[in-house]
Amino acid sequence: MAVQVKGEVLDIRRIGSYFNLSMVAPGIAEHARPGHFVALNVGGDSSSLLLRRAFSIYRTEQRGVYGGTVDIVFSIAGPGTAWLADRQRHDPIDIVGPLGRPFVLPAEPVPCVLIGGGYGAAPLFTLAEKLRERGCRVDFVLGASTEDRLFGALEGKRMSQSIAITTEDGSLGERGRVTDVLPRIIERSDSAVLYACGPMGMLQAVAKTAERYGIHSQCAVEESMACGVGVCMTCVMPVIGDDGQTRMVRSCVEGPVFRGDRVRWSEVGTVPDDTIGSIAWTQATNDSLFAASAPVAVEEDLPVDGEDAFVEASDADDEGSAS
Amino acid sequence: MTRMRLTTKPETEQPLPDIDMSTHLGELPLVNPILTASGCAAAGRELDQFFDITTIGGIVTKSVMQNPRSGRPTPRMAETPSGMLNSIGLQGPGVDSFIERDLAWLHERGATTVVSIAGGSVEEFAKVAGKLRMATGVSGIEVNISCPNVESRGEVFACDPVAAAEVVSAVRRSTTPGVPVFVKLSPDVTDIVSVAHAVVEAGADGLSMINTTLGMVINTDTMRPALAGITGGLSGPAIRPMAVRCVWQVHQAMPEVPILGMGGIRTGLDALEFILAGASAVSIGTVIFHDPSSPARIRDELARAVAERGFASLNDAIGYAHREPDIELEPQGPAFVEFDEALEDSESSADL
Ligand SMILES: Cc1cc2nc3c(=O)[nH]c(=O)nc-3n(C[C@H](O)[C@H](O)[C@H](O)COP(=O)(O)OP(=O)(O)OC[C@H]3O[C@@H](n4cnc5c(N)ncnc54)[C@H](O)[C@@H]3O)c2cc1C
Ligand SMILES: Cc1cc2nc3c(=O)[nH]c(=O)nc-3n(C[C@H](O)[C@H](O)[C@H](O)COP(=O)(O)O)c2cc1C
Ligand code: FES
Repeated sequence: MAVQVKGEVLDIRRIGSYFNLSMVAPGIAEHARPGHFVALNVGGDSSSLLLRRAFSIYRTEQRGVYGGTVDIVFSIAGPGTAWLADRQRHDPIDIVGPLGRPFVLPAEPVPCVLIGGGYGAAPLFTLAEKLRERGCRVDFVLGASTEDRLFGALEGKRMSQSIAITTEDGSLGERGRVTDVLPRIIERSDSAVLYACGPMGMLQAVAKTAERYGIHSQCAVEESMACGVGVCMTCVMPVIGDDGQTRMVRSCVEGPVFRGDRVRWSEVGTVPDDTIGSIAWTQATNDSLFAASAPVAVEEDLPVDGEDAFVEASDADDEGSAS
Repeated sequence: MTRMRLTTKPETEQPLPDIDMSTHLGELPLVNPILTASGCAAAGRELDQFFDITTIGGIVTKSVMQNPRSGRPTPRMAETPSGMLNSIGLQGPGVDSFIERDLAWLHERGATTVVSIAGGSVEEFAKVAGKLRMATGVSGIEVNISCPNVESRGEVFACDPVAAAEVVSAVRRSTTPGVPVFVKLSPDVTDIVSVAHAVVEAGADGLSMINTTLGMVINTDTMRPALAGITGGLSGPAIRPMAVRCVWQVHQAMPEVPILGMGGIRTGLDALEFILAGASAVSIGTVIFHDPSSPARIRDELARAVAERGFASLNDAIGYAHREPDIELEPQGPAFVEFDEALEDSESSADL
């Protein structure tokens, strides 16, 4: 369950070409799980920038005099992030969160590789903590175009069995992309799950690699979002459900974390012909189908991944006490 | 450390004035004049996290069609100055699934529900309305005629008064008498009053206005249209003056026809503009994306704004901007000043 809070900037720091923004966000920190995101208003109360900006939760802190705090890591991409970078301690900030579906954790202590591209590394450190609590081996692969766009190398090193670093210009670690070194690490650690967050191209490559090795992948995507809470339908992607059918699903509420083998990566940005409700699908499906069969679920209730090996990093406990 | 102004939600709020904010959309009574706009609140469930959806006038649901629709490819939106462009393409589950899941939920939750319907043909509109007639929990129907007519080479119904009137009479016939049918008008017409006349003559109980206005953004990096659908509907505060103008013109021409006003409402004062222009109630749309609890906030802001202006009830404010210019009401009259002072008093005593 997400809440909207009037928070406050606790601290803002530069890290390489990124900013680490800490915010007092009571009610959000307590319920955040690795992979959740927050949506922030930018530009002040009368801002002409109407839409919220989405950011992965990097870290949360529940203790202390401030109530819960939430950290994000961002780079300046346009006027909204530029405004955020200008914030000062004590500035008010309107925060909605925690949003989306978090990473699903394995029930067994299996080896996992955590793969981050640029600021996409941000949500992986709390995930690493949770995995290690369950006895999972954690290996990190972090990549970026250049050294200053690499995030969290030290932290990753501290939390993992091994860390591999790639930069496209070779300024740090190996020259190349994360997926160049990934097979080596999977083979060495006998990984069972890949967790990834970063640009779409990287996620697609990670999902492919996982399929090649017959292992699971969990990918946190980044789609353009107007509301972030599931009401506008702007953030959709073609995703295959448990029934094998493709639907345009909302990445803000059914994602941002998806099973890598369920996203139709190369068709993101299109509506594949066999998608439920597409023009081609509607033409191919005669009217009698609608008269005869049960209605097809398009939104919501995409069945949660059914593998036995997986348990959801669920809010069940909190929700139980809340209601 | 104690300097930390930890500002969780309920700020030191002024008490709400004791004023009758109830209103009507045709025969449908509403506890207050705040609804959500179609397509900006889905079917209420997500927003119920942020405010109690039964405490606003009603939820207008995303336009539903006969069959499931996947909508258009992405990108489906672009932010614009004080607004956004969208090209969703009416993605939705189809009317059967809508009734079974969304409407049933809204009904159980106790929300007042106005169901927005869309269609590609007069027949589809009638079929969707017919299905809804059989369902429980429909307090009103809003007919979204801003969709392409497949039988007329995709011309939008809203821009063709004859086709629009056919849709409206078909829907009116397929809908339970007593359940108001509101028709949602597009601002993209030369003369909105003549479209309004046509649909009212065809049986509309009221008018919703405005839908989005057609716009376009070109991405200067890719040097192509920003939206996959090329053009999109512009919404948000950027279109508010246009919306107020439409409400004004139609209310002036047909003051007896109830209007559900919308277009860029962000604050209680924005809502008041629509009420003063002649709207009986208002819908909050794009601003929900900015502030998901805004319908509740605007509800309270509007109540204060109406009370501060000395109105005895919301009803007295509807269309008030149309009054004769020579009515002497002493704009800074005693009621206004007194109330202001009273507020100051209560504030200073609260500070002690
Ligand atoms: C689930 C999710 C998690 C994210 N996590 C992070 C993070 O941890 N760190 C970080 O730096 N960025 C993150 N982003 C991207 C971030 O939201 C954008 O960089 C930011 O919205 C840009 O806003 P702007 O005003 O600076 O740029 P502009 O380009 O001017 O933004 C214009 C509009 O486009 C949208 N937009 C622009 N770029 C993106 C993008 N890449 N993804 C989605 N919407 C975009 C904006 O929200 C806004 O509505 C995330 C996005 C999503 C969807
Ligand atoms: C993302 C989005 C989806 C919309 N979908 C619908 C819809 O399905 N049916 C409809 O009648 N209007 C739809 N609208 C229009 C709104 O209901 C409203 O008329 C318009 O946006 C103007 O109000 P606003 O500026 O407050 O958003 C949509 C608007 C947006 C922004
Ligand atoms: S961003 Fe609005 S539904 Fe996902």
